Amino acid sequence: MELDNIEKLLEKYFEAETTEAEEQILRDYFTGDSVAEHLKEYSTMFSYFSHAKEERFTKQVPLKPRVNYYKWISVAAVAVMVFGIYFGKSYQEQREAEYAYLQTRKALGLLASNLDRGTKKVAYLNEFQETKEKIYKNN
Amino acid sequence: MVNTTIDQPIMTQSEFLNVVMPFKDKLYRMAKRLLVSSEEAEDATQEVLLKLWTKKKMMSEYRNVEAFAMTMTKNFCLDRLKSKQSGTLKLVHSNYADESVALQKQLEVNDSVSWVEKIMQELPEQQKMVLQLRDIEDYNYDEIAELLEMQPTAVRVALSRARKTVRKKLIEKHSYGIG
Repeated sequence: MELDNIEKLLEKYFEAETTEAEEQILRDYFTGDSVAEHLKEYSTMFSYFSHAKEERFTKQVPLKPRVNYYKWISVAAVAVMVFGIYFGKSYQEQREAEYAYLQTRKALGLLASNLDRGTKKVAYLNEFQETKEKIYKNN
Repeated sequence: MVNTTIDQPIMTQSEFLNVVMPFKDKLYRMAKRLLVSSEEAEDATQEVLLKLWTKKKMMSEYRNVEAFAMTMTKNFCLDRLKSKQSGTLKLVHSNYADESVALQKQLEVNDSVSWVEKIMQELPEQQKMVLQLRDIEDYNYDEIAELLEMQPTAVRVALSRARKTVRKKLIEKHSYGIG
């Protein structure tokens, strides 16, 4: 009677038509001790299934993402680079300006000294003018 | 304008663990069914849990976190297998050899039980997953269809084929007495 029922359920089981409750009946029967001789090989299957269910995940559940670490390092590197370029550039500009200032001063100094020399020469012309006027007056 | 949506409080670590604990073993067993090696299955499970943790803000939107996590595990492992195939890496099989030795020791008394594991390894991926979810994890057909992104009828067909293949190979081994 009961065996008949089990055989019917098995047939349904292999057609994937059994309900969860029916599969529970099969599981209970085949993991029990009173399995009929000609159905013995099925008990291997069902005892494997219940055995496989025992396996556990023993590793820790990770909550600290490792990937983000690298992400933040790259963000920091980019920030350092941007600051470096920004300040490096303004420093460079300052030095360039100083250099230009010095060059201009030098050029202006040269100009001034040359102008000075020029006016000295022009002083002689003045002498000539004065003498000329003296001559005109005397006439 | 009045904001009617209630702000979801951000999930704490312990709350997250409470959600994840009941099904983390199932994820691991699924990953191991597909990847075979315990280490790879552990890595995969950690990877999936980590992804889930980084998405914790969205977790309240999922109807079923467990099903979602299981689908993630499935996709992750199938991707792994695919990239392994294209990279012609045979890690699965070399790891399997070591692992089966340990398993045989563990199952000395009834080592015919480990046949079933070997038989399951030879099944196509989809049948493996369906059999795993139904006969080991006790999911119902609708849940399996949802988390494997399959039609319910296709689930039954795959399940029936998987069970019949296991039966056939088991009977073959019994009659030839190959251990």
